[in-house]
Amino acid sequence: MIELKHLGKTYRTADQEIVALDDINLTIHDGEIFGIIGLSGAGKSTLVRCINLLEVPTSGEVLVDGKSLTALSRSELLKLRQSIGMIFQGFNLLEQRTVLRNVCFPLEIAGVRKQDAKKRARELLDLVGLSDRENSYPSQLSGGQKQRVAIARALATNPKYILCDEATSALDPNTTRAILDLLRKINEELGVTIVVITHEMKVVDHICDRVAVIDRSHIAEEGKVSDVFTNPRSEIARNLIFPRERTVLETQGGKRLRLSFDGQTTCGPHIAEMVLACQAPVSILMANTKELDGVIYGYTIIELPTDVHQADKIVAWLKNSGISFSEVE
Amino acid sequence: MHFSDIFMKLWNAGLIQKGIWETIYMTVISTVISYVLGLPLGVILNVTGRDGLHPVSWLNRILGLVVNFFRSIPFIVLMVSMLPVAKFVVGSSLGNNAMIVMLVIAATPYIARLVESSLQEINSGVIEAAQAIGCSNFQIVTKVLIPEAKPSLITGGIISMVTILGYSAMAATIGGTGLGQIAIVYGHQRSKPDVTWVCVLLLVIIVQIIQAVGSAIVHRTDKRIRQ
Repeated sequence: MIELKHLGKTYRTADQEIVALDDINLTIHDGEIFGIIGLSGAGKSTLVRCINLLEVPTSGEVLVDGKSLTALSRSELLKLRQSIGMIFQGFNLLEQRTVLRNVCFPLEIAGVRKQDAKKRARELLDLVGLSDRENSYPSQLSGGQKQRVAIARALATNPKYILCDEATSALDPNTTRAILDLLRKINEELGVTIVVITHEMKVVDHICDRVAVIDRSHIAEEGKVSDVFTNPRSEIARNLIFPRERTVLETQGGKRLRLSFDGQTTCGPHIAEMVLACQAPVSILMANTKELDGVIYGYTIIELPTDVHQADKIVAWLKNSGISFSEVE
Repeated sequence: MHFSDIFMKLWNAGLIQKGIWETIYMTVISTVISYVLGLPLGVILNVTGRDGLHPVSWLNRILGLVVNFFRSIPFIVLMVSMLPVAKFVVGSSLGNNAMIVMLVIAATPYIARLVESSLQEINSGVIEAAQAIGCSNFQIVTKVLIPEAKPSLITGGIISMVTILGYSAMAATIGGTGLGQIAIVYGHQRSKPDVTWVCVLLLVIIVQIIQAVGSAIVHRTDKRIRQ
């Protein structure tokens, strides 16, 4: 279990103080995939680096399995880092080492015998599907392959946790999916707890169990992915989940509503029923659905007729129907 | 007299062979000693720097000052002023061993700066990954910084060797030997420019060989460019 308690990080330069993290409280349970999502500059990279103390927090505590990291001696900390793997957006492989020797690197540091390290590294390359590339150098690999090597390297010392810092942000959509599937497999088969830092909603959507939304150094909200996605309470979560729709701009001038569908209301010809019942036309400006844990969630943005009478009729119908809706500015 | 005749005359007198040998001897020994001293100095400069692994600003500033001090003295002036040092180290202020002392004093700070900048080129993400793995700073230097910078370090070594070769010819003005001495004593002072030109030609060939061999080694070493 990883616990962050009242965590704060302030950078001091000569003439100003920059608050990167302010009173962060999070608990990451064993066996889950925990997402931390936020825009650039929100503090998420600093946050993940506090978990293995690559960044030293200026206040608060980081507890890993109940041990406070800031209280550890330097050598205890180096030892503990071997139980927390990390992968990065830029892969960060050693360019002058072969794939096999890259995966062996953490084992070398942990003092594992060379033969045993090679054996373990080969097992891991097999797990990530790169057995045939052990003698290649990183420059000969694609981005997705490099990240697979980095994942194998992160797993080498049998860590309990893996931290992913924007691990898929430099990859194309197909490769992203493959890497995320691999992380999910590692989580399920090896029981490794994974912390994912990202700015992409689809990453959280694809693999995370729980998510925390970070905005301007604070945790804006936190919860099960399906809860946060269907009912985002914070402004920032709404913006991340439903990025501003540009298509909405060109309209006839009628009031615009966002209809949200949870699992129960997603199916069924609601819009058609509404139009028939109210005898009033609406324009559908945008619609989208997402599947979370086998349940379909979705939203539709409609534009009401400019006729006030007709518009009121539709609003009244919606209120009766149980479909939640809100006005779009 | 024809160019090749001059060359043969010098060759038959055994001067050329001796000159080439002495030049190579001074250059290679000086480069090796300077590199052995300059590499740790460069590592310390890099590691203690503001963005280094372990910033120690006072140490970095003092070393930086010393390095800059020696680098800002023109070699010819440095040689003259370091004569007592050479005498102290090798017991004489004349001869090739004394010249090696001067060359090492001049080249070590130069190599330290080259090493420092080679290490600076290493992607900070790779260093961060090593830290996340649990490497100590010493392990990062020996297992990440130096191996990853190896091609660049070798390139720096080659550049230094060529520079030292040039300096070694200059050392002839205060009692050094080698091709520089032949050029100055037999060519310049006896007004035989042809002799000087033979030495220039030989120096050019030696530089070309050093450069070609060095580039081949770098190419073989660097795993980033091999496809």
